[in-house]
Amino acid sequence: MKILICISNVPDTTTKIKFTGDSTEFDVAGVQWIINPWDELALTRALELKEKTNGKIEKISVVSVGLKTAEPTLRKALAIGADEAFRIDCEAKDSNSVAAQIAEVAKDYDIIMCGIEASDYNGSAVGGMLSEFLNIPSVSSVSNLDIENNDILISREIDGGAEILTTKIPFVAIVQKGIAIEPRIPSMRGIMMARKKPLNVVSPIEVENLTEFVSFELPPSKAACKMIDAENVKELVDLLHNEAKVI
Amino acid sequence: MNFNFTEEQEMIRQAARDYAERELIKDVLERDEKAEYPTQHIKNLSELGFLGMLVDPKYDGGGMDTVSYVLAMEEICKIDSSVGVIISVNNSLVCYGIENYGTEEQKEKYLKPLARGEKIGAFLLSEPEAGSDATHQRTTAEDKGDHYLLNGTKNWITNANSGSIYIVVAQTHPEKKHKGINVFIVEKDSPGISLGQHEDKMGMRSSDTHSVMFTDVKVPKENRIGEDGFGFKFAMKTLEGGRIGIASQALGIASGAFERSVNYAKERKAFGTELANHQAIAFKISDMAVKIEAARNFCLKAAWLKDQGKPFGVASAMAKQYAADIAMEVTTDAVQIHGGYGYVKEYHVERLMREAKLTQIYEGTSEIQKIVISRSILKG
Ligand SMILES: Cc1cc2nc3c(=O)[nH]c(=O)nc-3n(C[C@H](O)[C@H](O)[C@H](O)COP(=O)(O)OP(=O)(O)OC[C@H]3O[C@@H](n4cnc5c(N)ncnc54)[C@H](O)[C@@H]3O)c2cc1C
Repeated sequence: MKILICISNVPDTTTKIKFTGDSTEFDVAGVQWIINPWDELALTRALELKEKTNGKIEKISVVSVGLKTAEPTLRKALAIGADEAFRIDCEAKDSNSVAAQIAEVAKDYDIIMCGIEASDYNGSAVGGMLSEFLNIPSVSSVSNLDIENNDILISREIDGGAEILTTKIPFVAIVQKGIAIEPRIPSMRGIMMARKKPLNVVSPIEVENLTEFVSFELPPSKAACKMIDAENVKELVDLLHNEAKVI
Repeated sequence: MNFNFTEEQEMIRQAARDYAERELIKDVLERDEKAEYPTQHIKNLSELGFLGMLVDPKYDGGGMDTVSYVLAMEEICKIDSSVGVIISVNNSLVCYGIENYGTEEQKEKYLKPLARGEKIGAFLLSEPEAGSDATHQRTTAEDKGDHYLLNGTKNWITNANSGSIYIVVAQTHPEKKHKGINVFIVEKDSPGISLGQHEDKMGMRSSDTHSVMFTDVKVPKENRIGEDGFGFKFAMKTLEGGRIGIASQALGIASGAFERSVNYAKERKAFGTELANHQAIAFKISDMAVKIEAARNFCLKAAWLKDQGKPFGVASAMAKQYAADIAMEVTTDAVQIHGGYGYVKEYHVERLMREAKLTQIYEGTSEIQKIVISRSILKG
């Protein structure tokens, strides 16, 4: 069995978000890039499965659509334990084009894992689109993935409970919370071995972008806290009524 | 000239940071309070390869350069210098000494388990009456033909209890003074070795420090490192590299206190505005940043020289003296910025201040670094 993990290269979750170019572009100056947290957990689960199934999983690959700046992120995935990486050499524009690009390298994999969303644009669309391009099933909101004998066992979180299901391979698993507990920290040995593992640069295919950013808006900044004297209930009611307009 | 880090160096820094922020932070206060050794952390960090990160992969090490080591030490010591010093002694004193000056057999037998972190090493140079002046070794190593007989007491030994492989410096030919000193690899469980009480320290309380007594301890001849009389030179050469570890530790202590101070100054209000808006505090932040940046450059320069195979002894003495001294200043300011909160344990900065003090003392006090630096300038 072969597993492919789709990896999005995203700004560190503590990044201060700013925009340039008339609020149409995210300002990447000084940004620290990381593996999208869900994708990192997907990789963690793939490695756990590889270890526990003893030879059943012959290869774990990772793929990212992005420019050379995405390579440190892929190299880290290799250091954590992936066997091989692909970088599709173009900017990740919209979900449709990303899914179309990934579909090109995903053809001979049995399990394709995507995070439920990327922490940058929170699109939540690539996984589903990818399965359409490949014409294979997809399972969303996967909170556990297991291989027992030759069966795939999946848990999905649903409102108020869980759903256990199985699927044929190949398929796309769109993973979320629960898929693995904590991402792994690369070891020195892993970092050393990552030097020698293949990081293949793939030319992109022609594909149309279906959507385009018009502009971004930051949420309004929080208003300062107003202190009202405990004696002055009337003022409080007045403010809640006329200023905050909550009562 | 190039100030960029490689992808790999960044990855190591991030790995160290992740471990410190996810794991070390959880129990660092408790271990400090109870003076408890970080057994599980050292096991985890060994598995990640930090305990032997500088050692050649041929001897089961991580094969990383000294620049990476500085980055890793800074990140770990921002949170926990006790763990930092355990890593530093193992890597830059014990492993470095055996790798550079040991025989193939010694490397096979001792370096490999040390590099894997399965065994921890200790470096035994200081004595009750020989600290800064390490030439006056009272511990003796009598040549008995096929073995040496060790007698004496070593003081202030980091990893004395947790470690099991000792590098011991002792006098064989007192008439030759420091040229008669030898150095040996000694297994801790050899008959005749006993430990003193665990020292009740001001800081770095989670690392173990003991005195070690030797009474007629037999050491096989093949455990001597280098030629007869090489011991003092060995100690000085090894400490040159060790200083880069302690300098980066001091750097980490300073930058840990700095990060906490910046956050605090942005949040805490006094006189109707954040502390950061009072220039007296803003200027302190600026002074701290300048000192830390200078210390970081010192550390990286010394590491770079070492990686290039160039002489680095003076550079590492400068790095150690400067980083240790500014760590004391920066952590003192950090406590000041935190006000009363800085004086209690919960806010970490008082602990960092206690830790900073040690970096001015061990592996050569700040005064001794000045002797090393000034002699190198004035001798010619
Ligand atoms: C927690 C801890 C861990 C340690 N770990 C180890 C270890 O693992 N292995 C090991 O071998 N040692 C270790 N040491 C010992 C440490 O390296 C010594 O304490 C240090 O070298 C200073 O020696 P001393 O304590 O004897 O002080 P002294 O040498 O007595 O110095 C006292 C003061 O006099 C100053 N002074 C001395 N000579 C001069 C001079 N010529 N000119 C100007 N000033 C001078 C010193 O700078 C210092 O301020 C450790 C110490 C501590 C506290």
